[in-house]
Amino acid sequence: MKDGVSIELQDVWIRFGDFVAVREANVHIDGGSFFSFLGPSGCGKTTILRSVSGFLDPSEGKILIGGKDMAGIGPNKRPTALIFQNLALFPLMKVWENITFSLEVQGVGKAARRKRADELLDMIALTGQGDKLPSELSGGQKQRVAIARALCAEPDVLLLDEPLSALDLKLRQHMRTELRQIQKRVGITFIYITHDQGEALTMSDSIAVMRHGIIDQISDGEAIYDDPATPFVASFVGENNVFRGKVKSIDNGMAVVATNRTGDLRCRIGTAALGNLQTGDDAMVFIRPEALSIAADATDAGNHIKALVINEEFEGLAYHVFLEGDAGKEIKMSITNQGKARETSMNKELVLEFNPEQAIVLPFGELASE
Amino acid sequence: MKSKGFMTDFFERNGLALGLYLVLAVGFWLVILIILPQLSMLDFSFRHHLPPPEMGGPKDVYTLEHYKFLVLGAQGSDASYNVVDLGVFARTLFAALFVTLLDLALCYPLAYYLGQSNGGGFVRVLVLLLIIPYWVNEILRAFAFRIIFGDSGVINEMLMSMGVIDAPLDFIRENIALYSGLGYAYILLMIFPIYNVIESLDRNQIEAARDMGSPWWRIHWRIVIPYAKPGISSGCTMVFMLSAGALAAPQILGGPSSLWFTQIIYQWFNQGGNWPRGAAYAIVLLSVCIIIVLSMMRLFKVKMGDLGK
Repeated sequence: MKDGVSIELQDVWIRFGDFVAVREANVHIDGGSFFSFLGPSGCGKTTILRSVSGFLDPSEGKILIGGKDMAGIGPNKRPTALIFQNLALFPLMKVWENITFSLEVQGVGKAARRKRADELLDMIALTGQGDKLPSELSGGQKQRVAIARALCAEPDVLLLDEPLSALDLKLRQHMRTELRQIQKRVGITFIYITHDQGEALTMSDSIAVMRHGIIDQISDGEAIYDDPATPFVASFVGENNVFRGKVKSIDNGMAVVATNRTGDLRCRIGTAALGNLQTGDDAMVFIRPEALSIAADATDAGNHIKALVINEEFEGLAYHVFLEGDAGKEIKMSITNQGKARETSMNKELVLEFNPEQAIVLPFGELASE
Repeated sequence: MKSKGFMTDFFERNGLALGLYLVLAVGFWLVILIILPQLSMLDFSFRHHLPPPEMGGPKDVYTLEHYKFLVLGAQGSDASYNVVDLGVFARTLFAALFVTLLDLALCYPLAYYLGQSNGGGFVRVLVLLLIIPYWVNEILRAFAFRIIFGDSGVINEMLMSMGVIDAPLDFIRENIALYSGLGYAYILLMIFPIYNVIESLDRNQIEAARDMGSPWWRIHWRIVIPYAKPGISSGCTMVFMLSAGALAAPQILGGPSSLWFTQIIYQWFNQGGNWPRGAAYAIVLLSVCIIIVLSMMRLFKVKMGDLGK
């Protein structure tokens, strides 16, 4: 087990001609942590990964690995190992040769390489499969070979470019757990690129959410989900009901927003917006489907949303109820399945309530497009 | 799942009309244009050289005399072997091998660049530039080479004006013109098979190898060349076969003292009028070339099916 090595991006800009792929990225990644860059395709996350691995140089700014400036150091000289989206196993080499290619480059003898390959094959539960060709393995097995190949060189940092995206759902969920376990076992820093928020939330110590080359928020998973910094993060990570409106009053971290269609809603000002949200500003209120519930007492004054049930879905874990608000706006509510009789039915008008702490108000901004 | 015969399946897939056309066209090509002429050459090569009236007569029996002549020379000559013809034969094969390696050395980097660069438009222009010279007739191209490699050709003039040499170099006598001409004639047959294969190589594999610390030569040695092997062998086979069997270029660009084996065959057929002997020589050239190609494929572990790639 190695000590993790930290990574630092200082004012990194990456441009391709006129196109800005990464804009002023400042990221600190703790040694030994599992760090994810999360964002839709084309947001610049892969570009960041390629600049850390050394395949391209930042146009401005510095990248430090273990405190050492990486400028001018090629990919073959950096203490990083990259796992490609399509894995890029060498099809004509046997599995064990694939795994130990980095040792072959270093001039390690065949017997020693074979021994190391067998150790790594044991670790990834592919004992005795070293003499196969990659094409003879299943998707999940290839995945593990790619991980073993990257770990063989004992890198300080493992970079993973959406390596699970080609797998089917079950295998992907299994590999998440496995990746996390491997990371804890070897103790090195993992940088993971993904557009799948589930992957990012389940595996990461920290997540950076990106859009159009800009990093919107860097936090742990709970903060990203419960306290998003921008409307983009709020709408990209998980599901959210969005209500647009104007701030009516502010008091002690809470705000009342006069929404365009749903009346006044009392909610918490997002941590990132504290202090820069003023009365009269355009604002957006985000309420998660699971934060909504049927009002116990529909007669009291605050925080009620009236809506008509237009559709219901049962997903096992929860019921999803789709409602139409006052002005045709669709609202989603999720009710955990606790074996009780359902209180909802089609075309019934409901009054919903929510805890103001679980409703976040942020300054008006760009949402993630579906 | 092999319930139906291959032929039934073939006709069901292509329909009767198209299926028949394919079978007949390929059959015509194979039998009428390749197998029959070669068989008749083979037959010729085992017959005596007889004047027309005696053909089919009692003297027209099978013989090995022409093959003997190639190996042992004329009966009653001083030498115990046909040194001249065998020498030319060996030199032709070595020269063809040399031309093949020269083309491979020139084409591999180019094909790699073309195949791996994703600059679509520019690459297409480059490929077009490679093809356009082949609109010019082969003999014309050979004469053009003769002119630029001549005593007062562009190359000699340039070298002399730059002061590199005092007197013109005799490129023709030294066979430099011949090797250049042959190499040039078949360069596309080397580039395209390699280019086709390398184009399908996943660039991530190269980056993965770089990421694992591999220097460029090891990337080629361990990843690109093994992957491109079918293309390389296909290109080498074609260039070798065609160089060894070339006639126009050696005729026009060959030095006065160097003969290509095909020229000897040509002489037996035309000037000598000895068709059986020419046929025997041609059969020997063909067989030895095939043996060389097959043993090379065996040496480099190339399968026959790979050549079609």
